[in-house]
Amino acid sequence: MIGRHKHCIALEDYSREEILEVIDLAVSMKEVLQRPIKKVPSLRGKSVVNLFFEASTRTRSSFEIAAKVLSADALNWTSASSSVTKGETLVDTARNLEAMRPDVLVIRHSAGGAPRLVAARVGCSVVSAGDGAHEHPSQGLLDCFTIREKLGTLEGKTIAIVGDISHSRVARSDLHAFPKLGARVRLCGPPTMIPAGVERLGATVHHELREAVEGADAVIMLRIQHERIGDPLIPNTREYSKYWGLNARKAQEWLKPSCVILHPGPINRGVELAPEVADGPRSVILDQVQNGVAVRMAILYLLAGGSPAEGAEGKA
Amino acid sequence: MNAQDIDRAVRRLGREIAERAKASGSAKELAIVGIRRGGVHLAQRLRSELKAALGAEPPAGTLDIALYRDDLAEKGAAPVIGPTDIRFPVQGKTVVLVDDVLYTGRTVRAALDELVDFGRPRRVWLAVLVDRGGRELPIAADFTGARVEVPDDQDVQVRLRESGAPEDAVVVKPRRGT
Amino acid sequence: MSETLFIEGGRVIDPAGGVDGVRTVVVRDGRIAEVAERVERPRDARAIDAKGRWVTPGFVDLHVHLREPGQEYKETVATGARAAVAGGFTTICAMPNTKPVNDNASVTELVLARAAAAGLARVLPVGCISRGQAGEDLAEYGELRAAGCVAVSDDGKPVVSSGLMRRVLEYARAFGLVVAVHEEDPALVGKGVMHEGPASTRLGLKGIPAAAEDVMVVRDLALLELTGGRLHVQHVSTRGAVRAIREAKQRGLAVTAEATPHHLALTDEDVAASGYSTDFKMNPPLRSAEDVKAVREGLADGTVDAIATDHAPHSPVEKDLEFDAAMNGIVGLETAFSVCLDLARKGVLPERRLIEALTVGPARTFGLAAGTLAKGAAADVAVLDVGAEWTVDPEKLHSKGRNTPWKGKRLPGRCVYTIVGGRIVHGESRAER
Repeated sequence: MIGRHKHCIALEDYSREEILEVIDLAVSMKEVLQRPIKKVPSLRGKSVVNLFFEASTRTRSSFEIAAKVLSADALNWTSASSSVTKGETLVDTARNLEAMRPDVLVIRHSAGGAPRLVAARVGCSVVSAGDGAHEHPSQGLLDCFTIREKLGTLEGKTIAIVGDISHSRVARSDLHAFPKLGARVRLCGPPTMIPAGVERLGATVHHELREAVEGADAVIMLRIQHERIGDPLIPNTREYSKYWGLNARKAQEWLKPSCVILHPGPINRGVELAPEVADGPRSVILDQVQNGVAVRMAILYLLAGGSPAEGAEGKA
Repeated sequence: MNAQDIDRAVRRLGREIAERAKASGSAKELAIVGIRRGGVHLAQRLRSELKAALGAEPPAGTLDIALYRDDLAEKGAAPVIGPTDIRFPVQGKTVVLVDDVLYTGRTVRAALDELVDFGRPRRVWLAVLVDRGGRELPIAADFTGARVEVPDDQDVQVRLRESGAPEDAVVVKPRRGT
Repeated sequence: MSETLFIEGGRVIDPAGGVDGVRTVVVRDGRIAEVAERVERPRDARAIDAKGRWVTPGFVDLHVHLREPGQEYKETVATGARAAVAGGFTTICAMPNTKPVNDNASVTELVLARAAAAGLARVLPVGCISRGQAGEDLAEYGELRAAGCVAVSDDGKPVVSSGLMRRVLEYARAFGLVVAVHEEDPALVGKGVMHEGPASTRLGLKGIPAAAEDVMVVRDLALLELTGGRLHVQHVSTRGAVRAIREAKQRGLAVTAEATPHHLALTDEDVAASGYSTDFKMNPPLRSAEDVKAVREGLADGTVDAIATDHAPHSPVEKDLEFDAAMNGIVGLETAFSVCLDLARKGVLPERRLIEALTVGPARTFGLAAGTLAKGAAADVAVLDVGAEWTVDPEKLHSKGRNTPWKGKRLPGRCVYTIVGGRIVHGESRAER
């Protein structure tokens, strides 16, 4: 069970059972979010610190809400307001925060492996909110949850992920999780955006959007960064949108009626997704956001709802 | 207790609840909530009794108290949390909380905390099939099926047909080592 | 004066002299006096028992970073020379990317002076290819040669401008200097931090394709053909580079190559298995299994002439960081022989070839009078206990650097005596386990 993992850093480390454990628990957590009083006392007295070295309002807020619904104390710490600009290293920053005895450190960093580096140096649990292009485990889990919620199961389903796979930690986490739950994964994008050896992770690669999404049960559209200075992967977003963007006509003609559309956000409207599709009937993007809180509640509960921080006593 | 005893007890509980509801003028504002897992089927049975006695079926719900436990630090997170399902407005209702065995009182304490997070009930009554004493908190049942004295190293289990038991029974067994 | 040494009973492996068998080595007045099967022990000689051990020429390392001047907190000439003799190296070539860089006689002389003061391994400075290592103008090869440099290199950086590289090869000819090159195309490297492949994809780290090295090797071979001169390819790591060098040698071009122990032993999957350990981050990066196989084959068939460590010590300030931010480099002087012996034991390369690539191979590459036990040669000798086993404990290394991927690993083979110019500079005075 994921209790045997002290941290939540990579879905590559999670077994099928462990993934199911989280998303099953998230069902109950979602119910709490539908109540008039969205609060349960489970993590009362525990603290969750968000250590975000990359700007992100939505993921950070999602973790913050998740912590608060569970009655934990949540503290935000962003790199702009910190001593990182004064040259303090990641390890030093984490250690200084740990001295304040948080129960969970939620970390987002632009360098792959950063959560693992911190986890090896601190005593509390570490949750990765995204490290470089490596993984974004809570996003992978909420994608599993959302797809299962909408389709009933992932077993035997075909899921297409479209976009800049090479830079996408969301794609990697999804790619580790979906096959474990029985789904087939198709990756799609221009050749410049497909990373080396990705088929070995258990996906088929397509360069034509139609081929990737026809017959798919779920399609995940990834955000395209407008420019990559010094390393152009596409000539411009106009051409990308023409060949790999999803508009209403393509959705209508190519997608199964039951196919659901996901996006980890924020959306570049008009680039990877036309507004009508983002807001259309197949889109479950807003469900993803709500499910994100439930899944993060489940993760925090499983990691922090256990033995007390050193010094505290617990007795029924 | 055997199946017959249980059946008699449930019907008596139903009658008592109905009478007190009528006496306090809250028959129309009654609601039944079963505490998972032992109280769920009992709550359904009581609900049928009350329907017969009052002529209308009170709304029913289920509470899973896992997120409200006070021993989380000791026992660790419970990965299996069952559904909590309260679909009626709690505000102003006379809620009958139902559980199979009343022991330390902690489960009921958690259930009360959770219940009031859904709204402010007018009053809460506690109905249990078996009260085995051993309270660790000042909690008392308003309606009790039977009282038994059981040593601390023994467990009292209520087995019901709805959960797959061949027949209803209340069983006392040695507690498995901690 | 130095004592007479009588090294008896060991298996003497001297590829330069074609010797491989049990011999006794006599050292007198700092030179090799005799290597023979039966020698009478001179009365004043100090005996060194080499039974069951190998006796080889002291190793020659064409590629070490001694960090002095300017970064003495990472290593000094003295500590680097100490680490060298602990690993059996009696001659090491110091790369010029110090602070300031070695593009002038003063820095060259400083390095030589520090080495002399330490009195351990011989340190031969390598001067810059370009002034300031800026990749724009030629450095003063005449001055550097006269001051004592044995080759030129801009190691750490490639020579990006093909126009400059052409002039470098031409001008170096005038002074008989080997041009040792660090081959990578910065535009293909980009922000890469490890080999581009399935492992980098899994780790979500930016990759450096093998082609980044190949395109520069092929370019420089073409320029070599144009200009004449002598080219030495440092730390070869890809099958494309090995193939190009092999083909160029077959055509008679004056190119040589070196490979590091880690590029012979480790792959990109080891990086992945390490959990983002920066002790596995260096440049060129650890490559695919196919690349490693090609480098091994290149070493076996002579395409690769020498094993060179690219010993690159760093402090925790540079290494105790997230993978992207950590500096490249690992130490290697004290683990090189053991790692290579391990490979020889696994059948990857013959023992004699191993010793050849550590002695006469590198010596010939830079035209050095070293790497041989010929009569009259300087008495630079290593005595190696090949039956020993040891666990790599970074804290016990003589280098200041602790950055080794073999941390905690058990390796075979230990250097028990190192002799430079007839003096024992590293010896089994107390049990070293």
